Amino acid sequence: MFLQKRRRQIFVNGVDSFDLIGGIPSLAGSVSQRACSFCGARVVLYPITDALHVVHGPIGCAAYTWDIRGSMSSGSELYRNSFSTDLREKHIVFGGEERLYITLMELINQYSPSAVFVYSTCIVGVIGDDIQSVCSEVNKIKCIPVIPVMVEGFLGTKKDGYKIACDAIMNLIGTDATKKLSLYNINILGDFNLAGELWILAGYYKKIGIQVLSSVTGDGKVKDIQNAHRAALNVVQCSGSMMRLAKKMKEKYNIPFIKVSYFGVEDMSIALYDVANFFQDEKLVENARVLVKNELKNLLPSLEFYRRALFKTKAAIYVGGAFKAISLVKALKLIGVKVVIVGTQTGNVDDYKLLKSICDDGCIIVDDSNPVELSEFIKLTKANLFIGGVKERAIAYKLGLGFCDHNHERKLALAGYEGMANFAKEVYETVNSPVWQFVRQYKVL
Amino acid sequence: MLLRHTTEKEIDRKALTINPVKTCQPIGAMYAALGVHRCLPHSHGSQGCCSYHRSMLTRHFKEPILSSTSSFSEGASVFGGSSNLISAIDTIFTVYDPDVIAVHTTCLSETIGDDMAQIISKAKEEEKIPKNKTVIYCNTPSYIGTHITGYSNQLSAFVNFFSISTPKKRNVVNLVAGWMEPSDMREIKRISRIMEARTILFPDMSDVLDTPLNGKFEMYPSGGATIQEITAIGDSKFTIGLGAYSTENACVKLENKCKVRFEIVEIPIGLKATDRFVISLSRHANVPIPDILTEERGRLVDLIADNSKYFYKKRVALFGDPDTLIPLIEFLLTLDMKPVYVVTGTAGNHFNRSMQELLSEKVSEAKYKSGECADMFQLHQWIKQKSVDLLIGNTYGKYIARDENIPFVRFGFPVTDRPGNNYFPHVGYVGASNLVIKILEKILDHKDRTCHESKVEFQM
Repeated sequence: MFLQKRRRQIFVNGVDSFDLIGGIPSLAGSVSQRACSFCGARVVLYPITDALHVVHGPIGCAAYTWDIRGSMSSGSELYRNSFSTDLREKHIVFGGEERLYITLMELINQYSPSAVFVYSTCIVGVIGDDIQSVCSEVNKIKCIPVIPVMVEGFLGTKKDGYKIACDAIMNLIGTDATKKLSLYNINILGDFNLAGELWILAGYYKKIGIQVLSSVTGDGKVKDIQNAHRAALNVVQCSGSMMRLAKKMKEKYNIPFIKVSYFGVEDMSIALYDVANFFQDEKLVENARVLVKNELKNLLPSLEFYRRALFKTKAAIYVGGAFKAISLVKALKLIGVKVVIVGTQTGNVDDYKLLKSICDDGCIIVDDSNPVELSEFIKLTKANLFIGGVKERAIAYKLGLGFCDHNHERKLALAGYEGMANFAKEVYETVNSPVWQFVRQYKVL
Repeated sequence: MLLRHTTEKEIDRKALTINPVKTCQPIGAMYAALGVHRCLPHSHGSQGCCSYHRSMLTRHFKEPILSSTSSFSEGASVFGGSSNLISAIDTIFTVYDPDVIAVHTTCLSETIGDDMAQIISKAKEEEKIPKNKTVIYCNTPSYIGTHITGYSNQLSAFVNFFSISTPKKRNVVNLVAGWMEPSDMREIKRISRIMEARTILFPDMSDVLDTPLNGKFEMYPSGGATIQEITAIGDSKFTIGLGAYSTENACVKLENKCKVRFEIVEIPIGLKATDRFVISLSRHANVPIPDILTEERGRLVDLIADNSKYFYKKRVALFGDPDTLIPLIEFLLTLDMKPVYVVTGTAGNHFNRSMQELLSEKVSEAKYKSGECADMFQLHQWIKQKSVDLLIGNTYGKYIARDENIPFVRFGFPVTDRPGNNYFPHVGYVGASNLVIKILEKILDHKDRTCHESKVEFQM
């Protein structure tokens, strides 16, 4: 059932002793759960709400990324539209540059956006359209940033797309310096405001006395991002997508960064303390202490109920990024759930080392898995809860497992203390749903 | 307002598509291939294509969608995807063990010029294809046609690779299913059964994409047309294609290859289209139309009569795919409604001609558009110029419906935010009744919620 070639990507904690490898290309022919680099860049940049996002290619790449991310906006809804050059055969033969140029001019006239991102696709890479020169020409005429995102799908996995997205954002940063700053300010990197999570975090920071100068990219606004180079600190979540940007901003603007996770009580509190401590102002640290204390006072008693109710639950995790997986393992521990399978699409060797250290013996750790493997693991471990994304949801339900969406389509905020309460509730609700009894007893008699 | 940027005034667009009413070929090929038993669709391109199609189909059907990919890298895009596909074939038969791999191409592999026939025969030479297993392919470049074209190409490929004519002819009528829901296919089979017609339905997604939850994950569920059936359609006495855009090519191919004559009828949505389908099946299978069906038709007529005053002259805007739009619009006219705006991203003369025939006399103010720039933005602009009483289309219509406060019936692909497509068919007399009820509920709920208090009535 398991491919010999994948043996270094599947690891049983406490039994195996090799280094679990990650980040290698998927085996051709596998039913991989991974997407392409275009997808990576598209999902990272998509939440910049007042920019135009134009896909230069055949219609599919634009159609499939149209409003697919539950990333919320406090202002413009422009980003939720799908704009495409809809390349046809004649453009493949004769080139699509002119069509791109006309599209951009038509679009900018219609919408007067703050900035434009132009995404290349596989086909554009092969026919060799010079997107960069079209963008710079339109930029000259229209006097707004028109940023090429050269992210042909075949370049690699989603993770490779993240890097290219970071480079595109770097092109925007530093092009404006008019936003008013308060004494203590940060950029939040790597939160995408799914189910309004950014707003919860910004609320915490505000209570402590820290301004969120810009968010990259959840509820993102072009002007804020243009000003991002003026922040004192970059606070990076979802390290897979945004570390490159943090490093580049350190290099170019000398802005230090810290890595945080907002998921789970422990990590959330550490994040707030780390940021408060950074500014070396006792007042901020005291504010953080009060905030954490108050939040925990409300939250912990309510978690006790779930911990007692969930102690027999065994969870399988299969998510995109390793950072998310690590936080999930910790958060599940807090509510008494045992993690028996944990896998990621884009983890690397170091991520997996860390995962090994926090997982129990017997836990299966897997890189770039597929439905057949996952369903076998579930049979082996008798997991009764699955945490994953859209493609895993249907499989989990078919197996009669509770499911919790921890991907783009989640409807409940899972970040922060509020998020932890939501998460516990969601896990409890799905695991204890009365529907599963009818799966266990499938036949009437 | 989610679409606050849409202006009433139409802008002249030459190149720009805003919010498409179509997607690309490969997803159609993937969907069609899922309707064949123990067949694994395979996407020959970058990983993203396969992942996107699987996600989109999963969102719509709420079922696991299995498909493999050649996982193109930068190297493959320069040197060709031959070695990727050959090792993919090896991996697939080793791990997933399908009976058939249905390879469809992508814009990338098409443009770099991968020769599918050559690669597959090389895989055969290298003994990567086990005995009794088959690898077939179809060309589905994303820059030609739409998802409907891809569906059609995949069906033709099945006929091309499998259907055979032997001297032994069988008294069977082939039913080639256009792009419809598994629940619709189930209903077509039920109609055939009660008519006691001997038929083969192909493709058949029922019991593949609407399977019961029994605690097991089946890579290949029990449903789907079998390879034996697709082989045998070459010996059938007649073929009825349901929907010109999605099935005509396959029917033509079968006629050329196996001399099985065919007729194209619309997908049986609505009263008249169902009449035509039932008559055609009755004639070619040489079976009478049973009373059960006549009674179902009568109940539909009863339902329409009871509620006719709520349909009269209601203005409707629609978007979707031609094979379903054409009979649906005909049905709205049967109900005495007024389809005033219609867009589809799938181009073709048949659609334009049908709209002309159906609408030019009865709804002189109707506007319709197909192909390039026939998108949701265009539809929204028309609605802004003069509003409608009802919007019918896939989930992407919800933004317009909300902004303009219009009752909205979800119909087509994809419907990602409401269940029901897997349960209630839209074809046949029963399906038409379902549609009537759906439309009425939306219109009357809207009326009850928005009308003046004094006009709220207990009975209607």
